[in-house]
Amino acid sequence: MNLTDLTYLLPELILLLAATAVFLLDLLWLKRPGAEGKRALLPYVALVGLGLAALGLIPSLGGVRQVATMLAADPFAVFFKALAIIGVAVVILTAIPYLRGRTPYRGEFYALLLAVTLAVCLAVGATNLVLIYLGMEFLSITSYVLVGFLRHDCKSGEAALKYFLYGATASAVMLYGMSLLYGATGTTDLGGIAAAFASAPQGAGAGLAWLGTPAIILLLAGFGFKASLVPFHQWAPDTYEGAPTPVTAFLSTVSKATGFAVLIRVFMVVLAAMQYQWTALLIAVSIVTMTLGNLTALRQTNIKRLLAYSSIAQAGYILIGVAAVWMSGATFTGLNGVLIYLFAYLFTNVGAFAVVTAVESATGATEVKDYAGLVTRSPWLAGLLFVFLISLAGIPPTGGFMGKFFVFGAAVQQRLWVLVAIAAVNSVIAAFYYLNVVRYMFFTPAEEGAEPIGVAWPLRGALLVTAVLTLLLGLAPGPLITWATHSVQLLALR
Amino acid sequence: MTNSLLTIITFVPLLGAILTLLPWGRWLSLDKAREERLIKNGAIAISLIPLGLAIGLWFGYNQGAGGFQFEINVPWIAAININYHMGVDGLSIPLIFLTTFLTTLGLWYSARTIKTRVREFFFLFLLLEMGMTGVFVSLDLVLFYVFWEVGLVPMYFLIGIWGQPKDRPQYSAIKFFLYTLAGSVFMLLAILAIYFSTGTAGAPGTFDIVEAARVKPFAGNVLLSGLAFWAFFVAFAIKVPSWPFHTWLPDAHTAAPTAGSVILAGVLLKLGAYGILRILLPIFPEAFQRYALIVVALGVISIVYGALVSMAQWDLKRLIAYSSVSHMGYVLLGVGAAAFAIGTPKWVDASAMALDGAALQMFNHGISTGALFFLVGVIYERAHLRDLKMFGGFSNKMPYYYGLFAVTAFTSLGLPGLAGFWSELFVFRGAFEIVKIWAVIGVLGIVLTAAYILWKIVQYTFLGEYDPHKIGHWTDVTTGAEEHEPRDVALFEKVTLWPLVAFMIFFGVYPAPILNFFNSTFVGLMKLEARSWKLEAGS
Repeated sequence: MNLTDLTYLLPELILLLAATAVFLLDLLWLKRPGAEGKRALLPYVALVGLGLAALGLIPSLGGVRQVATMLAADPFAVFFKALAIIGVAVVILTAIPYLRGRTPYRGEFYALLLAVTLAVCLAVGATNLVLIYLGMEFLSITSYVLVGFLRHDCKSGEAALKYFLYGATASAVMLYGMSLLYGATGTTDLGGIAAAFASAPQGAGAGLAWLGTPAIILLLAGFGFKASLVPFHQWAPDTYEGAPTPVTAFLSTVSKATGFAVLIRVFMVVLAAMQYQWTALLIAVSIVTMTLGNLTALRQTNIKRLLAYSSIAQAGYILIGVAAVWMSGATFTGLNGVLIYLFAYLFTNVGAFAVVTAVESATGATEVKDYAGLVTRSPWLAGLLFVFLISLAGIPPTGGFMGKFFVFGAAVQQRLWVLVAIAAVNSVIAAFYYLNVVRYMFFTPAEEGAEPIGVAWPLRGALLVTAVLTLLLGLAPGPLITWATHSVQLLALR
Repeated sequence: MTNSLLTIITFVPLLGAILTLLPWGRWLSLDKAREERLIKNGAIAISLIPLGLAIGLWFGYNQGAGGFQFEINVPWIAAININYHMGVDGLSIPLIFLTTFLTTLGLWYSARTIKTRVREFFFLFLLLEMGMTGVFVSLDLVLFYVFWEVGLVPMYFLIGIWGQPKDRPQYSAIKFFLYTLAGSVFMLLAILAIYFSTGTAGAPGTFDIVEAARVKPFAGNVLLSGLAFWAFFVAFAIKVPSWPFHTWLPDAHTAAPTAGSVILAGVLLKLGAYGILRILLPIFPEAFQRYALIVVALGVISIVYGALVSMAQWDLKRLIAYSSVSHMGYVLLGVGAAAFAIGTPKWVDASAMALDGAALQMFNHGISTGALFFLVGVIYERAHLRDLKMFGGFSNKMPYYYGLFAVTAFTSLGLPGLAGFWSELFVFRGAFEIVKIWAVIGVLGIVLTAAYILWKIVQYTFLGEYDPHKIGHWTDVTTGAEEHEPRDVALFEKVTLWPLVAFMIFFGVYPAPILNFFNSTFVGLMKLEARSWKLEAGS
């Protein structure tokens, strides 16, 4: 470890400092009379911290480097760190009006969001099973607190408990999978395990082949839990519904992306020799995930639950990219499709939840039928939610279309016809429930006496950013494609 | 190759759409009524720009040179070789003209009949124009797909918001959307498959329609070319719509507001047929030839089935909707016959003739069915119902209306001297030489068409005695007042209908200008296909 290594850790260090600063400032101003105005500044302190952390990524750009034996500063990690920082920044903007009047402990909320960003940064960069586990646990535990943050709301508590119980089980199972890998190879370093696999005798029944399938399944429980893949998804609907809406936005995007990042790193680096096995498994999981997510979403009447099942289905689409991975492909490597999809999905889904937050903040309503006549109550909110929904449905010219284009493309390239045909049918099913919300917003008249919905300024900022990027990524995706294609470089990947 | 004319034609409507959203009332301190009038007139004025430019295309296109002109080809997403490639040839120019022309008429008519949510209506209508024009000018598959989908969204809203509650507009809107989407997602997969099959290890593949037509992806691979062919074909057949994919059409057409039905029948159905001519025929000639008889059969079934179902309808609008299934069947028959002729040199002329007829039928159907839907709108705005059993004897009360309706209806049934005659003649003349039996069965459709038009529409609506007890309340469309008797066509309706009627008569007497356009394109195409086929067979 030397000083240059420290520059690669700048984002993490800045996030740590910023989180501490927000905690301390909150504490400092808490009891002071008349400090309420000052405490309103805390989210902006957090945003500045995130901005500085983003700048801290600059030294890590462009190379594949090992940092302090357990971390990678490779383009892949940088991509996900940037994604997390941007995502959390937008989430903070939506949280400012949401938390007002719901909890007096708002400072902690932003500090926890910074801490959770730090956890994501550690998890996506970790190249050692121990650090991966610690990063994921750090992420999970912080998330449990955030989900249950509204202490006086029973649903929030229920959501946190369910999330915790499922999460604890999933990570125990994942740890068991890790212990298998460690026991067989004697190392926890991803590169080391990969080397042990490579040097072991090949062939059925020989060497380490027995280890492959159980390790894959056990690890998938932990990663799939975060990514909300079926059958590790059961926590998602209840947790999404009960959690504070900004936290739901976080869980469905940044947290999900972290699950995918770790999954890709471990499977690609460590289990490269067993690609055939995990590809087959992921194809099956992908089919089940999107089909189950979409079919269940059809029946939902609560918008947060609807988006929860939609986000499960989206995880299924994203997984296509991993299942169709082909690193020697020129532009459709599968993995770059995953990155493009996740990035576009980040803005789309956070944007959709920002609209939900706006409606919920103004009216307290989260049922789909409460969106009746939204176009007359707030044309902007209705129009923007429409953009986000067609992006989720994968209709151009939106970022969601580009994401689908790339993952479907990778599957077509690999001739995974059945998988991609099922995905195509699924996207038609999905259009039905997305458009059902549109139907309420535009076709059904509002209830008598429904008032216009006002939107607070920070939320307007979040909506502007997400909507502009959702459309921009559909109209001019060139830079993102280049960045994502470059970012599939992983440390220790052969 | 950077001619910005097509870009302007495509995106001026978008600009207009954005302009309708601006708060003009607040800026110019107008009250709501005056603001709406400004939006309506502004939208009509904006739509004149693409219309004028489309006429410019028509006269500016060099028929002698042929091929794609006014081309623009610049990288859009360079990483995967997606280009912003636009261009027009003899096939697309008349359709672009049709699109811009019907849009202007639709806006003009709607400005006087749409009373609710005016701003949204004109926003969506202009957006729709952009989507449709975009499809006709795109020469890149991804660009084509994007416009294809973009055009879907505004029509969904037009049906859902301005449909009559008794026509189940919400159901019809989502049905329309899901049907089209179901077809187009598989088209997307086929587009991707073309890309990968044309690429090699070193060079990326292509999404370019012209390039793909040159390379002929999957040539020689029966399985993959079949899959890709059907993926495209189903997407287009849903849009055409061909039996058995037509069930969205009667619902959507019936529920849509008048101008929406006009565009739906006049232009959106043409997108499917255009896709078959622009993409399937040049890119998959081999597969198309193999499955041509199925396409011919679907066309003939659509002709006969559509006509029979039309005859059974009592709702005037639904009747005309089903007649579209029948009329678009002629297009499939012509295209299918031409595809069957690929590779047979002696059929080059016959197949070009069938294609001319098919393309002309697209144009004529756009004009005549567009007019028919306007005419249904005319009576609906007055009587607020479309039940043929309640009609009768209108020729006495509305002679002017009867005259316009009669010309349009006769065009639709293919009376010589009116435009519809030529397209049917060419389709059957071409198809008869190639697929004799199917053409003979298809001719039945002409008889059935005459039956439902003369018996159902003309007789039930116009002939007989006018019974004042059947419909007690009539609305005066200019003032909105209640009356006891129907009033003949108002000036704004004449302005809407006369241009269409004029085209029916003009192209009925003198079809050469438009036929030359199509012929120059298709003779070249069929000769090319015949030649390339021989080359392959020889190698």
